[in-house]
Order: sequence, then C-alpha cells, then structure tokens
Amino acid sequence: MQLMEGKRVVIMGVANQRSIAWAIAKSLHKAGAELAFTYQGERLEKKVKSLVEKEMPGSLCVPCDVTSDEDIQKAFDTIGEKWDRIDGLVHAIAFAKKEDLEVPFVETSRDGYGMAQDISSYSLVATAKTARKLMKDGGSIITMTYLGAERVIPNYNVMGVAKAALESSVKYLAYDLGPDHIRVNAISAGPLRTLAAKGVKDFNSVLHVVEERSPMRRGIDASEVGDTALYLASNMSRGVTGEVIHVDAGFNIVGM
Amino acid sequence: MADTLDRVQRIIVDRLGVDASEVTKEASIKDDLGADSLDVMDMILELEDEFSMEISDEEAEKINTVGDIVAYIDSRS
Repeated sequence: MQLMEGKRVVIMGVANQRSIAWAIAKSLHKAGAELAFTYQGERLEKKVKSLVEKEMPGSLCVPCDVTSDEDIQKAFDTIGEKWDRIDGLVHAIAFAKKEDLEVPFVETSRDGYGMAQDISSYSLVATAKTARKLMKDGGSIITMTYLGAERVIPNYNVMGVAKAALESSVKYLAYDLGPDHIRVNAISAGPLRTLAAKGVKDFNSVLHVVEERSPMRRGIDASEVGDTALYLASNMSRGVTGEVIHVDAGFNIVGM
Repeated sequence: MADTLDRVQRIIVDRLGVDASEVTKEASIKDDLGADSLDVMDMILELEDEFSMEISDEEAEKINTVGDIVAYIDSRS
C-alpha cells in the first residue's frame, strides 16, 4: 500500500510550477494522496488550474483569500461538500510588501509589519481553526518556514519576524490540537529558486553561501522538501508534532 | 544573435501567454506585453535557468524591451 493511499490533503499556496507547495503536491500525489488546491485571485486561478489539469487531473481547485475568515470558511465548506473529511493541510503562504523588503528592518512600516504577520503567520491559525473540523480522524498540518525566523538573514527582514511568529504558532497549535490527533509541524527549507524568494533582495547570493558553506556543500532541491512533507503528512511521523524540520543541506548548524 | 532571440521569445510566450508575433525586439515587456512585476520575476527565473546565468536585481530593473534582454544575454556570453 502507498503511504498516502486514501488520504485527502488540502494544499494552499501554489503560484506556479516552481512553488514549494507544488513540489509537496507532487510528492503526496505520487504516494497516492487525493488533493485539493486553494488559490487566491484570478491571476493564480488560471495558473493553478492549468497546472493541476495537466498533471493532477481530478483534483479540487477552490478559491481562498486567507486574509478573510469568511473566505476561509467558504473554501473549507466547498471542500467539505466534496469530501467528508480531510487528513492533511499544507500551508505554504507568505507575503510582505516589496517596500518593506527593500529597506533596513528598522524602517519597517506599521502597516507592512501587520500585513506580513497577517498573511504569513495568522493565516495558519485561521486555517487550522477551520480545517480541524474536517479532520475527523485526526490529521497533519504542515507549514513552510525559513532560517530567517531564527537568525538574521540580511534582506529577509519583516518576513523573518513573521516566520518567527509562524514557528511559535506551530508549537501552540500543536499543543491545542494534539488531543484531537492533529499534528502541526513546519519545514524550514533552504533557499529555493521560487517566485517568492526572488522578491528578496540579492537572493542569488544567499544560494551561493549555502552551496559553499552547508555541510553537504550544495543547495537543496524542491523535491527534497516535498518528500519531507510526505513524511510529515503520512503515518510515518505519527509521533512528531510541534517540530521544525530543517531541509537545508544542514546549513542551519554551521556557525561560519 | 537570432538564436538568443528565439529562446527568449519562447520563454516569454510560455510565461506571459502572449502570441509569438507580439514578441518583437522593440516590444516593452510591461507596456506592450502586459507583464506585471511578478511576471517579470517569473521570466527572470526562467531566463536564468535557460541561459545558465545570473541576472542581478540591478540588471533586471534596467530591462524594458525584449531587445534589452537579448542584448544583455549576448553581452554576457
């Protein structure tokens, strides 16, 4: 039997074929999972639907703007009409204003700080709150974080602070949802050439540093994140919750 | 070089969903081909992969037309 046979997982945050969420979808799909994708807005609707139709026909595609509680509720209602339960949720959503990524962190605007927190961190809490009702046999919630939450990564700025809040939210959610057999974990991925990463100033140099200094002397591949997510979504990780797993060729252990 | 133009055209057609005939050297990526800032970043990622090169943020900002891209790539190879 395949690891994810008969399991249903909601994937939030596919923007295009480079998205980490898409790499996770591919790993879960290969292992037999049924998938539902959420997207935000018309622009992403087109991209997500054409990708899904091409590579994973039959998957659900549902609109969801995570800044609106109503919208989240609607999305999970729609999914609930098709599926009587879900077994997993992949949250791979983050946003910061470009202006706030271009200035020193100390210059971050109140507005931009709040927005980064809302979309990148609170959205996990909001979706967990709604999704748990569909996780009738327990479940696994997975979110994406980055080393910039723990340490200063130049130019990551307001997003690092939002990811720190996200990682802390993972722990509090894990504590609250544990009795319902819902596990909550994060993957701290090394830098990947995604659209979101390109929004960080001088991103290419981050890639070089990891390739030169990580214990494995290389960067990572999105499929490596996908397969770690498969472990976290499957029964293999049944004793693991509140964890942040680094998939970064070991870069986080290096001091210099 | 015609070859560079062909490869750039293919990427732009694929990523922006425009017709190949619109992708002339003179066409402005944003004004004529309707790309927004995310499209531009998406395109830069594809170009970097296709031509195995890095395009710095500063260089990326200077790009306006299809011809600018071709000239930049040819100047680097």
